[in-house]
Amino acid sequence: MNDDAKSKREESKSGEQSSAGPSSLIDRLKEALNPFIAKGMQDLKAAKDYKRTQLWKSIFRHKLDETPRSRALAVLTNVFLHVQPAKVNRDAIRFGFTWGMGGITLYLFIVLTITGVFLMFYYHPTKGQAYQDIMYLHNDVPFGGLLRNMHRWGAHLMIITVWLHMFRVFLTGSYKTPREFNWTVGVICLVLTLLLSFTGYLLPDDQLGFWAVTVGTNMARATPLLGHEGPFGAQLGMTAFNDVRFALLGGSIVDANALLRAYIWHCIAIPLILTIFLTVHFWRVRKDGSISGPAPVMLESEMKFPRK
Amino acid sequence: MDWGQLWEIISAPDNVPIVALLFLIPFFTWYGFRQALANDRLIDRLTKDPELAKTHHRKVEPYREGWAQKLYVWPYLLRVEFLTAIIVTGILMVWSITLNAPLEEPANPNLTMNPAKAPWYFLGLQEMLVYFDPWIAGVVMPTLILVGLMIIPYVDCNPLGNGYYTFRQRKFAILTFCFGFMVLWLSMVFIGTFIRGPGWMWFWPGETWDHHRLVFETNRDLHELFGITTQPWSGLVGASAVGLYFVIFGWLTHKLFVWNKFNRKIYQQMTLVQYLTLQSFLLIMWALPVKMFLRLVFRIKNVMVTPWFNI
Repeated sequence: MNDDAKSKREESKSGEQSSAGPSSLIDRLKEALNPFIAKGMQDLKAAKDYKRTQLWKSIFRHKLDETPRSRALAVLTNVFLHVQPAKVNRDAIRFGFTWGMGGITLYLFIVLTITGVFLMFYYHPTKGQAYQDIMYLHNDVPFGGLLRNMHRWGAHLMIITVWLHMFRVFLTGSYKTPREFNWTVGVICLVLTLLLSFTGYLLPDDQLGFWAVTVGTNMARATPLLGHEGPFGAQLGMTAFNDVRFALLGGSIVDANALLRAYIWHCIAIPLILTIFLTVHFWRVRKDGSISGPAPVMLESEMKFPRK
Repeated sequence: MDWGQLWEIISAPDNVPIVALLFLIPFFTWYGFRQALANDRLIDRLTKDPELAKTHHRKVEPYREGWAQKLYVWPYLLRVEFLTAIIVTGILMVWSITLNAPLEEPANPNLTMNPAKAPWYFLGLQEMLVYFDPWIAGVVMPTLILVGLMIIPYVDCNPLGNGYYTFRQRKFAILTFCFGFMVLWLSMVFIGTFIRGPGWMWFWPGETWDHHRLVFETNRDLHELFGITTQPWSGLVGASAVGLYFVIFGWLTHKLFVWNKFNRKIYQQMTLVQYLTLQSFLLIMWALPVKMFLRLVFRIKNVMVTPWFNI
C-alpha cells in the first residue's frame, strides 16, 4: 500500500471524528473491509508463488524441474504415463526400431473410441432408421461427416498399423523368451481389432455393409459340426435355424436382429474385451522387461538353449 | 486398356487403405531388412574377430563412450509420442476432410451386389474360397492361421535374434513369415481387391468389367482323372492323395529345415511335440499354393471327395 492511500485514509478517519453523516457510514464500511483487503493482498502475494499453494501441491506431487528425480516422478506419479517405465533404452526411442506402430495403434483405438461415442449420439441400430441416421450425420449434423470419416478411416488405419506392428515384432524377434505369452495376447488383440472393424461394417445398413456381412457370415454356415452346411453339421442336427450362423445373426438372414447384434458387439462387447486384453498386453510389456531392444547382437558361438 | 475402370477400382474409398498398403509394405520391408543387413555385417565382423567381440558395444546405432544407456521417458520418449500423435491426427484429419466414407444405397436383400466383396482385410479368405470349400477357406484356415501365429514363439527354438533385426541368424523363420504374410495373405488381399470383378472372375488391371462374361471351364475332381467315379473308391483315392501330399511335402519340409549346420543345431534342440506342431502348420500352409497350382494348371476341383466333406 502506498503512502498516498494511507494519507487518504487518515484524512477520512479525522473527518469521521468531526462530523457524523452519510460519508461517515462509507468510512465505517471501509474500515470494516480493511482486514479483508489485507487478507486478499496476502493471497495475491501467495498466488505469485503458486507452486507452494496447497491446491498446486495436492495436484502435482513433485517439482517439474529438470532434475533426474523430477523426471522420473513425472512418469511414475501419473496414472496415464506410469504404464511406461521411468527410463528406456536410448536406441529404442529412434523411429527405426519400433516404427511407433504399437503406440499409433493404441492412439487410433482411443481416437476411435471418442469418435465412436459421438457417433452413438446420432445412431439408432434399427432397420430403416440406421441408414437415415447416417444420411443425417453426413448432411445436417455439424462436423458429422468429418466424424464418420475419421471413424471409418481411423479403423482402416488401425488395421494397417496392427499388421505392421506384428511384422516389426516378428522381424526383431521380440516374441522370443521371455515375451512368448505377450505375442499370443497380441494375436488375440489382432483378431479383436479385425472383428471390431467387421462388426462396424454392417452398421450403416447400406448395400456395401449388407453384402460384405452376408458374404462373411455365409462362411459360418460351413463351420464343421456347428454349421448346417459344414462337415457333419447335418448329421448333428444343424439347420439354418439353430446353427452357429443363426447365433451370430440372431436369425437366418442379415436383418434387424443382425444389425442390433452387430451394434452391441461393436460398441460394447468387443471394445470391453479388447480393453481387457490390451491391459494385459501393456502390463506384460513392462513385466517382461520392457521393450525388447535394440539389444546387443548375439553371436552363434554364444548361443545358449533355455531349459525346457 | 480401360483407365476408367482402373481408376474406379483404385479410387473406391474403401480401397484406399490397400493402395496405401501397396506402398507401406514394401517401404517397411525395405526399412526392416536394411537394419537387418546392417546388423548382419556387424555380426560377421564380430564372428571373424573374437577379440573385438569382447569389447564391442554390439549395436549399429550411433554410440559414444560414456553415453547413458538409458534415457528418461520424460521428456525424451514422451515428446516423440506427442509428436507422433499430432502427425497421426493430422493425417487422419486431412484424409477425412478430403475423402468421404463410402455409403451405398440402403441395404436391399433382393438386389445382389456383383461382385459382393467382404471388407478388404478379409478378401484373402474370400479369394481362398475359389480354391477350397467354405469350411476350409472360411472357418478352418482362419482358425489355423491364428493358432499358427500364436504358437510361433513356442516352436521357434532359435535363441538368436532376440530384440534386434537380423536375417542371417533367422533365415528360416523370416522367410516363412514373409511367405505367409506377403505371398499368401497380402497378395490374396490385393487379388481380391484389384483383380476380382463380377462373378468373382479374373479381370486384369485395366480390363473392363464385363458383367455378362461367361467362362467355360470344367473343373474335375482328382479321382475322375483315374476313371474312378464310385464311392468308397473315389474317396480312398483322394485320401491316399492327401496322405501322399503329407508324406512328400513333410519330407521336403524336413529337408529344407535341416538344410544347413545351424538349422540342424536348432533341430536338435526341438522336442518331438514342437517339431510335429511346426511341421503340421507348415504343411497346411503349403497346401494353399499347392491346391492353387492344381486348380490353375490341372483344373482340379477337389482332391478328396467324401459324402460329408471335400478337400
